[in-house]
Amino acid sequence: MASTIRLKSKTRNNITTVRAIIRHPMETGFRIDIETGERVPQHYIKKILVKHNAEVIFSCDWSRAVSKNPYLSFMFKNSNIGDKIEISWFDSKDNTDSLETVI
Amino acid sequence: MLRRKFLKILTSTAAIFASSLVTPIKTFAEWNQTAFSAKDFNTAINAYFPKQIIHESNQIKIDVYDEVENGAVVPVKVETSLQNVKAITIFADKNPNPLIANFDLSSNCIGFVSTRIKVSEPSNIIVVINSNEMLYMTKKFIIVHENGCG
Repeated sequence: MASTIRLKSKTRNNITTVRAIIRHPMETGFRIDIETGERVPQHYIKKILVKHNAEVIFSCDWSRAVSKNPYLSFMFKNSNIGDKIEISWFDSKDNTDSLETVI
Repeated sequence: MLRRKFLKILTSTAAIFASSLVTPIKTFAEWNQTAFSAKDFNTAINAYFPKQIIHESNQIKIDVYDEVENGAVVPVKVETSLQNVKAITIFADKNPNPLIANFDLSSNCIGFVSTRIKVSEPSNIIVVINSNEMLYMTKKFIIVHENGCG
């Protein structure tokens, strides 16, 4: 299966911008399925870790109030061409996925 | 005797396994169950920043539309000129659970984060930033026409 993560990075003036989109339903538990008439159970990403050359540089704690198919962007400095960036997510059903890219 | 040795090996390897499984997630702070499930803003902020003083600041910029049609996707961009930003936390005070997201930044990160959130009704978007172990906050009121949490 294709990865649930799309990850891009761009470096300019020693500042790297990381942008990621994760394919995930982010169900709040409030939504009602039109076909069955039942509530769709909660299912959302709780934690995200971003590593730069195996060192955690950025992490998120999320509630179910982050939008469906979450978008995330942040910036950091002191990176070099060829450095690795790895992003991984962990959700409320203990699913996980990760993706690595090179700057 | 042999049995005792065997048990010892068994327990020690189990301990190593357990610690290696747990550490990658535990290197950063635990997911704060109390604060994330709090139902009103004051409870949430007090649970997340217990007994800490939060100063108002004009050095935080929240980039969000004043008025949005659909609360399911509200782009939020936070920028700050504060130095040594350790964490950025976003709240929406009228949401069923006001604490939306927390971002932990390392020393190489720049005081910036951008994401998309759900907002249930017209709310104040409140951003709290930890800079040099001091807490600063700012807020911005937005109008939402359609509930984004349903």
